[in-house]
Amino acid sequence: MTDATFSAAAAPAEATAPSAGTPRPVPFRGGGFQPRGRAWAGPLVFVLLIAVWEWGSASGWITPLTLPRPSAVAGVFADLWASGRLWEHLGPSLARLAVGSALGLAAGIGVGLMIGLFSLARAGLAPLVAALFPVPKIALLPLFVIWFGIDEGSKYALIAFGVFTPTVVATYGGVDNVDRSLIRMGQSFGMPWRSIVWKIVLPGAAPAILSGMRVSLAIAIILLVAAEMLGAETGVGAFVLTAGALYDLESLFCGVAILSGLGVAISFLIGRLERRLLDWRG
Amino acid sequence: MDLRLAAVSHAYGGVEVLRDVTLEAPAGRITCLVGPSGCGKSTLLRLMGGLERPDKGEALMLGEAPAGSLNPLTYVFQHFALLPWRTVEGNVRLVLEDHPLSRAERAEIVADVLARTRLTDFAKAWPRQLSGGMRQRVAIARALAVRPAVMLMDEPLSALDAQTRELLMDDLVALWGRERFTAVYVTHNLAEAVRLGHRIAVLSRRPGRVREIAEIDTPLDQRRPDDPALAAAQTRLWRLLREEAADADRELTGA
Repeated sequence: MTDATFSAAAAPAEATAPSAGTPRPVPFRGGGFQPRGRAWAGPLVFVLLIAVWEWGSASGWITPLTLPRPSAVAGVFADLWASGRLWEHLGPSLARLAVGSALGLAAGIGVGLMIGLFSLARAGLAPLVAALFPVPKIALLPLFVIWFGIDEGSKYALIAFGVFTPTVVATYGGVDNVDRSLIRMGQSFGMPWRSIVWKIVLPGAAPAILSGMRVSLAIAIILLVAAEMLGAETGVGAFVLTAGALYDLESLFCGVAILSGLGVAISFLIGRLERRLLDWRG
Repeated sequence: MDLRLAAVSHAYGGVEVLRDVTLEAPAGRITCLVGPSGCGKSTLLRLMGGLERPDKGEALMLGEAPAGSLNPLTYVFQHFALLPWRTVEGNVRLVLEDHPLSRAERAEIVADVLARTRLTDFAKAWPRQLSGGMRQRVAIARALAVRPAVMLMDEPLSALDAQTRELLMDDLVALWGRERFTAVYVTHNLAEAVRLGHRIAVLSRRPGRVREIAEIDTPLDQRRPDDPALAAAQTRLWRLLREEAADADRELTGA
């Protein structure tokens, strides 16, 4: 019935249309919304920005009192490298970052899996995590100093705690999104519970856990610096704090550049990890 | 091994989906379940394989599963249920990993079932690289790997296009010719039912009851699409289903 009315309405229009005007191309409307790799764009932005900045400093347009010259900052970095003081600061920072994040990730993935898998854990722990999430972790540092000691312990705890909450949320979100029909399949083949979790649930949640790691490791760097500023003699954070106190802008910027380099390196490593673990996505 | 549902009734949150269903799936034959959408066919299958527990009545296994059967009641799902992060080979191996088999035995079973489903060349492919028909063949290979006593097939061809469906039906017929497996095959497609079913159980609309059980005696490998006896059987089944389907359709629209 609908067919008949359709063709009846369409036929006369089609009969008159061809003579109505000159043919024109159908406008293209389908572009965009497809991010593609443009590997050169990222570095180019950096290079351009630094070139403009260097030129501004060299021409006196930017005074060295407000912003140091990029080449001077590079000089400080070269000195640090040559004298070995770079590793004096970077080494402890990396160790704190590694230990703290490893603890936080392990605990976060564990608790996230429990919330994702057990109704009781979800009912009991999900509100607790929601309550802990917005707490500014830096505010708890004095407390951690009392609990875990003034040296490394409190720094590990602070970083671990900061990494923990976003990891929990990412993990149980990932577990919730695992295709239930795959779990049903595992059960129907008589797979034991631990195999279902290890071979179906965890890999299914891996994309969400990895993108959660991007967020939580950036938080880890912020907390690392905060902890080192509040009580440490070595570490990039302490280096930046000392430089700030002496109004040594070159060193301050050098420290900041090391931190953002650290962020880029971590993001790169997670990208590699994603490609390794998620190559099945193609 | 036979499978039997004895006076099974089942409801989801107050909605009765199955009422007093008694049904037998005899060994070595393919039992098809047809019925209008929403009549509880898939629920019936889940009850038969122990993925759900019936409210009333019971699902029974009669006789012993053949020796060496790793998972007597094995499903083939409509949407394949392949792990996208495992290759074809890995998906088949998955269901063997929790059984006490040596590495060599596992590899041997995987190679064997892939050969039987003509997938040997695709052992290292990812599921996303395969067409729907190939994915379902992987799922069938996986089911064969655990040497099932009964295959529970939940609309295995419904997600595929018509041509692929024809090809896979031929594959299933050839497979049955070699293995004489027992299967319960849920479908809403009567052409599939008369092509693959030795027995065809017609269910009524919700709450599902068995309206009739038809037997088709023509051997599977002699069934041609243009066979008048099959066409007659299909027409008769459609006459039975037609009213139920129309009523079920109205029910859903009204809800």
